[in-house]
Amino acid sequence: MAEEVVIPGWKKWLEDIGEQVTFFIRFFRNIFVGGFEWSEFIRQCYEIGYRSFMLVGITSFIMGVVLILQLRPTLVQFGAASMLPTTLSVSFVREIGPVIIAIICAGKIASSIGAELGSMKVTEQLDAMEVSGANPLQYLVVTRILATTVMVPILSVLGDAIGLFGGYLALNLRDKMSFSLYFTKIIAALDFTDFIPAFIKTIFFGLAIGFVGCYKGFHSNKGTESVGVAANSAVVTASLWIFVIDAIAVQITSLLFYK
Amino acid sequence: MEEEIEKVGIEKPLKRKAGEVVIEIKGLKKSFGNNEILKNINLELKRGENVVVLGRSGEGKSVTIECIVGLLKPDGGTLKVLGEDVAEMDDRELKELRIKIGFLFQSGALYDSMSVRENLEFPLTRVLKIQDQQEIDQRIEEVLDSVGLLDAADKMPSDLSGGMRKRVGLARTMIVKPEIMLYDEPTTGLDPITSREISELILNMQKKYKTSSIIITHDMECARITADRVLIMDNGEYIAEGSFEELQNSNNKLAASYFKDIS
Repeated sequence: MAEEVVIPGWKKWLEDIGEQVTFFIRFFRNIFVGGFEWSEFIRQCYEIGYRSFMLVGITSFIMGVVLILQLRPTLVQFGAASMLPTTLSVSFVREIGPVIIAIICAGKIASSIGAELGSMKVTEQLDAMEVSGANPLQYLVVTRILATTVMVPILSVLGDAIGLFGGYLALNLRDKMSFSLYFTKIIAALDFTDFIPAFIKTIFFGLAIGFVGCYKGFHSNKGTESVGVAANSAVVTASLWIFVIDAIAVQITSLLFYK
Repeated sequence: MEEEIEKVGIEKPLKRKAGEVVIEIKGLKKSFGNNEILKNINLELKRGENVVVLGRSGEGKSVTIECIVGLLKPDGGTLKVLGEDVAEMDDRELKELRIKIGFLFQSGALYDSMSVRENLEFPLTRVLKIQDQQEIDQRIEEVLDSVGLLDAADKMPSDLSGGMRKRVGLARTMIVKPEIMLYDEPTTGLDPITSREISELILNMQKKYKTSSIIITHDMECARITADRVLIMDNGEYIAEGSFEELQNSNNKLAASYFKDIS
């Protein structure tokens, strides 16, 4: 029996980084070569966007309600209850909304892509596609990554709106504030430096979610157990990436807008 | 090393006349880590010929055909398909070559998110870039008729039996009319009657589409039905070669162990 080669952990890690970079370059190149798979892209937008909307909506609504209920006692202490819409809108639109929604999407979308492609690998569907002369990257990877890149920002904007509406309902549980006043206060509190950087970072969140899901699924091992490993690893890695991207985005935004 | 292969009764004529060599493998080697799977593979597949490869599990039979389609990169030796060296091909050339080679996976490997019709449409629209819906429908109907599954076009793979999945898998590879077919254990997991039907289908497809085939199998009935020539693999190389009848009557111990239950 031949001896098994043991690769040191750091070398494996470096190899993995190298493979991820190569995979990203291949993805990027495949956006522009050959015909774009419009029908599969639209199907993925539906699967990723529409099918995640309910989950994102409910979570955002609850987050809006909870934030108002948590903020109220503190702001009331300082006689600043009227600041509730302002505080909620800035914190929700700048940070809480995009990050929470991206984490939810990582859990739902990255795991689903990782499991789907992992299972295609196990059942030799990826190999079948490749040996038929078709391009699995173009059909499976490009469409999914672009769909998450487009849909996560849209979900994030919708989630922000639903969260702020939840905040309005929660506010009216104890206090009375008309919707027009609440809406006016929110609009007055927000400007483009709140909205645009937050929107741009959700594009990168979407890119990371799609990329990690596809990479983990595409590079899973050929065993049924590896489907679960791919899905799990996709969620963990995508969540980690979201926090890393967020930290970088906050630094860049602070440097550019909040000197 | 090629001379060491025991060519049993090679002077006897094959069932079909041998012609141009479509796959030529010389001294092929492939290892995974320190585990040497293919040590010295030498094979010539002639146009219109069906070659059956027998061997124990883990001997590297599937590795050989995965090297042929470029799914795996060999460590040594030469591998020419339709006169072109696979190792020297770039991505575009490899893609063009793959269109000429059909590969039937053990499981059928149907795309499970697509219906049978969509599975068959996939290589037509993505590989052959056919846009004419009338031509697509005509080809699908023709190939489904060939495998006897005309009424399964709108079914999902999950609604099909193991035998039906293999038939659809075969239809999907044959729809692009490949010159060479590679079968990876086409009858594994099927009952004897369905196995026989699949074996006869392989033979019918070869006659209809004039393909050259390498069939990897453990199923001796499949080998008997489909083989023009049989190769026996052991320890990373071919150790015996001949027609089914020749190997059945040979004195080679390993060959005899495969054929001992055949009446």
